[in-house]
Amino acid sequence: MNRAAIDLWVGIFVALGLAALVFLAFRVGNLGGLSGGGEVYRLYAEFDDIGGVKVRAPVKSAGVVVGRVEDIRFDGQSYRAAVTLAMDGRYRFPRDTILTINTSGLLGEQYINCEVGGDEQLLGDGDKVRKTQSAVVLEKLISQFMFNKAAERKD
Amino acid sequence: MPERLVPPAKVSPIDTALLRPFRRLGAHVTRALCRLGFAARFLLATLGHIGTALRRLPLTVREIYFTGVLSLVIIAVSGLFVGMVLGLQGYDTLQRFGSTSALGTLVALSLVRELGPVVAALLFASRAGSAITAEIGLMKATEQLSAMEMMAVDPVARVVAPRFFAGVISMPLLAALFSALGVLGGYLVGVRLLGVDDGLFWSQMQAAVNFREDIANGVIKSFVFGVLVSWIAVFEGYDAEPTAEGVSGATTRTVVTSSLAILGADFVLTAFMFRG
Repeated sequence: MNRAAIDLWVGIFVALGLAALVFLAFRVGNLGGLSGGGEVYRLYAEFDDIGGVKVRAPVKSAGVVVGRVEDIRFDGQSYRAAVTLAMDGRYRFPRDTILTINTSGLLGEQYINCEVGGDEQLLGDGDKVRKTQSAVVLEKLISQFMFNKAAERKD
Repeated sequence: MPERLVPPAKVSPIDTALLRPFRRLGAHVTRALCRLGFAARFLLATLGHIGTALRRLPLTVREIYFTGVLSLVIIAVSGLFVGMVLGLQGYDTLQRFGSTSALGTLVALSLVRELGPVVAALLFASRAGSAITAEIGLMKATEQLSAMEMMAVDPVARVVAPRFFAGVISMPLLAALFSALGVLGGYLVGVRLLGVDDGLFWSQMQAAVNFREDIANGVIKSFVFGVLVSWIAVFEGYDAEPTAEGVSGATTRTVVTSSLAILGADFVLTAFMFRG
């Protein structure tokens, strides 16, 4: 086998390998989505109970992904969960937006939902979202239901 | 009776039956450590020739042809079949929970994170690693390496370094090809054969597979495996006993050692990358 043929085959091989990587990045992975750069701004929020939300969980509004959870810490001062959100720079939300923790489907992943308010002023980089709603803890819900039933029977 | 003219050798206190197993164990450990040290210095010497391997690119390109291009067929076919089997098995399990739309996620994540790098590296070790060891070992047995040294040609620069770097370059590309073809195989079986929704297959996959966390970590894994397999292959070849038996033993050792090294390194890398 001569030089030229070897060079040709190696060239084809490397091109195929790189094409496979590009395929993985853009078709299989989500590069080009939100994680692939783009302008982001940060919002802070505190939750009483973060539930099953993990770092990198989506932040959605009207079901569309508008950001990701960047960091979750425990605030030793207020004893609440301090969450940092990296929001897509294209979307701005009013100051009185409420953050709730929702579950997609019955057993799906948990995400943070933005319920848009009506304030004229918009949230900017580094702002804190005041109104949040904790995750629904199934055990609490069930026990509440049981107590209500018990109370009903006494009446 | 003059049976014992020589007085019985005094058994040294080190050689008693009680201590002998420990002495043997110690000898084994010492020998293994010596070999490991030699292999490490050999790796450093090879890495020192990165300039030579790049300057004399035709040599490296030739080796990429032998290690990479000639492994293409086995990697492509295995990738496709592994992906198709994942599609079948995943569909069978997922349909019990009524969540067959997650098939794309299952196929893509298992391939990109684990199966792509690991299975491609195992195939690479048995397809290309063994060939490298046999070639270098035979060169040593036929005294070609000594002849090079006689002519003031450094065999590490001329023979070992191009093969090593060719392996390191080929491995990530082969693993990426394996994963990509595996995803296509899963797509063929899942969507075309079993009727999973086309859009859900890809969108669920794209929502779950993260470029940095999953794909980049998979590439890092395959790169590490490439270094391990190439290192073991060239070292076993260079260290082989210069006999027909020695070469065959070295080839076997290459496959066994690199397979174990790949699986061990995979555990360690996974523990660091995906524990969160």
